[in-house]
Amino acid sequence: MEMQFRIFRHDPQVEAKPHYRSYKVKADPRDRILDCLNRIRWEQDGTLSYRMSCGHGVCGSDGMRINGVCGLACQQLVKDYEGQEVLLEPLPFFPVVKDLVVEMEGFLKRIGEQRPHLMARGDPPEKERLQDPRDRRKVDDVIRCILCACCTGACPVMTRNGDYVGPAALVWAYRYICDSRDSLYRERLKNIDFANGVWSCENFFDCTRACPKKIPVTRCINTLKREAEKLGPR
Amino acid sequence: MVFKHDVVIVGAGLAGLRAALEVTGKGDVALISKVYPTRSHSGAAQGGIAAALGNEEPDSWEWHMYDTVKGGDYLTDQNVAEILARDAPRAVYELEHMGVPFNRMNNGKIAQRAFGGHTRNFGEAAVKRACYAADRSGRVIMDTLYFEAVRKGIRIYPEFQMLDLVFRDGQAAGLIAYETATGRLHFFHCRMILLATGGYGKVFKTSSNAFASTGDGVYLPYRAGLPLEDMEFVQFHPTGIHRLGVLISEAARGEGGILRNSQGERFMERHAPTIKDLAPRDMVSRAIAMEIREGRGIGGQDYVHLDLTHLGEKKLEERLSDISSFVRIYLGVDPAREPVPIAPTCHYMMGGIPTSTEGEVLDLQGERVPGLYAAGECSCLSLHGANRLGCNSLLDLVVFGRRAGQKMAGELARLPWQEAPERPGEETARRIARLKEKGTGEKTGVLRAELQEAMTLHCSVFRTEESLQKALACIGELQERYPRVRVDHKGDRFNTDLLEALELECLLGLAEAMVHSALARRESRGAHSREDHMERDDDRFLRHTLVCRRGGRVRVDHKPVTVTRFQPRARTY
Repeated sequence: MEMQFRIFRHDPQVEAKPHYRSYKVKADPRDRILDCLNRIRWEQDGTLSYRMSCGHGVCGSDGMRINGVCGLACQQLVKDYEGQEVLLEPLPFFPVVKDLVVEMEGFLKRIGEQRPHLMARGDPPEKERLQDPRDRRKVDDVIRCILCACCTGACPVMTRNGDYVGPAALVWAYRYICDSRDSLYRERLKNIDFANGVWSCENFFDCTRACPKKIPVTRCINTLKREAEKLGPR
Repeated sequence: MVFKHDVVIVGAGLAGLRAALEVTGKGDVALISKVYPTRSHSGAAQGGIAAALGNEEPDSWEWHMYDTVKGGDYLTDQNVAEILARDAPRAVYELEHMGVPFNRMNNGKIAQRAFGGHTRNFGEAAVKRACYAADRSGRVIMDTLYFEAVRKGIRIYPEFQMLDLVFRDGQAAGLIAYETATGRLHFFHCRMILLATGGYGKVFKTSSNAFASTGDGVYLPYRAGLPLEDMEFVQFHPTGIHRLGVLISEAARGEGGILRNSQGERFMERHAPTIKDLAPRDMVSRAIAMEIREGRGIGGQDYVHLDLTHLGEKKLEERLSDISSFVRIYLGVDPAREPVPIAPTCHYMMGGIPTSTEGEVLDLQGERVPGLYAAGECSCLSLHGANRLGCNSLLDLVVFGRRAGQKMAGELARLPWQEAPERPGEETARRIARLKEKGTGEKTGVLRAELQEAMTLHCSVFRTEESLQKALACIGELQERYPRVRVDHKGDRFNTDLLEALELECLLGLAEAMVHSALARRESRGAHSREDHMERDDDRFLRHTLVCRRGGRVRVDHKPVTVTRFQPRARTY
């Protein structure tokens, strides 16, 4: 089958404004959208830029907006877009480096601010720390995060408020707040208990719908809100 | 620009990260990575990390060592396997202390599960040795080490691609790196370099590897005249998703999955009567290839079925959730209801840069190359011998990544700085300019596809003198055409067109090294299966292969295997 693509193009180094370019490419219904991008770049237009690495939704490189919906190009199949023109754009709100490639530093910085590492009490024992499997299960969903930024790109609040820490940072806060081995429960909660923290979330659920790893992002954020409320007045 | 650090680590997967954590605080260490560190391919590891913790049932490091040696078809250097097996429990506890969310048993200890080739009491029966976090073990370990590195303030240069190594008086003096975001070339002036760049599965058409797995860090020392070791040994994982090569973990068969041919027959019963579907990877891949060749692929095509339907939805959801989602997404198949089309996929390279057990890179004479280190899949210790066992690679990365880091930290006081060259990167800049200047020529993708096709056809699960000669001829022809490659993208920003053209040189060079090594080994051992030399031949070939380029020619040499506790025996399971 033949697929039609319209792709966001912008090289901020040489042009003031972005433009869109159309491509036609032959594809098998089982191909990934990423396969089509590769075919375009390898066979037609080597100037097109995008990120990719593992090609099966584990590394998180190829987050982009596909027909208006944030997702991974390697997880979307051609057959689901049959008969449509596919519009590919970079993740919204992220500064564009070139074409579909966006700046990730700000996104990672906000996750880093959550201190995403274990802060356990005291010296570690000789062997492993013991952890009840029920406690371990509390982080089952969130450890699926691959830092692809699709949730943050999809969040409508981010459009209005660039200072919101964003859903991905909150997922990482949740990861350690809910880890029974960690000792910073209060401090971590306080760190997100402010207007641009957990309270910016308005329950649009777009993050949950966008997450390619099916993490219940909004539910996690709501849990954090409840836990923060339990801490008492700020 | 010139950046100056005591130690520069190339590659920010598990080996690189673990080494960096060992050096920081003792010296100035920087990580450079061609992708964002969290995109590194260690993150794709599913099944787990092996360690004889004995949490679920009795286990011992000696059994683990034995399994590693036998799994490697006795090509494994046994002193190396001993270090690995002895150090494994410490390494896993350390990861737990750093925060890795391992699955737990009811008593709170780290849960363990069975995996291919890991046995109790020297081969008696399967043992639960693999520590895991669902089927995302690599990813959670990598995230933990990455954020630990960030916390410790280790300088990371994301999307910086190494394009050349710089030596002075035989010592590593630095490296040339290309900054993908800007197109600028930089010189990293340093006293020590650790290569931790992973594998090169992209030499083949179907691979479980990432697009970034082009072996740049293996090729550059080879181009500089250093040897590569055991390059003929390529692991084809039996169960890659048909066409795509996306990995379906061995855990799927560990949980009871069965391989079936077009007649619905459980063909592994014929090929490995005792342990059937849980035979080591090299054996299962050969069996699948034979079924397909003899016309028993599904519908006469080039795949067989992995049947998981009898496991039930609950087990699939609980223990194999990522895998189940891959199958649903890419095949539109519900593994609880339909069998999964699979075929062998290039997965892991046993061969690489020869190193000591401290990660020091060794030259053809076995002498240390001052300042140059390697760890992880790009290195060859030789730990995995002729075939790696599942769950031993994550372990390799953290055990030997740490050892390389310790060694480098110890050398800081001793090793002098080498002077920087006057105009570093000049030659690299010229090479890039030549590629960009060309108006006409061939596209990288065309040559790369021809290489991948030829390697898959002539140098994969089965090989013969004739097929390898064909591969060699094809590689030679492609190397002649390579200077005519043209790049469309003339700009500076995120020029992956240019980078892929440069990576193609690596792929071609590595393919050349692999085929020459495979030609020289006229026996069948582990993953190297010569149909014209079907038997293992310990008298002539219980030795490592070394391959290097000298004066424009490829030369194959050898070095002995270290045998300590376990004398080579027939490898039956």
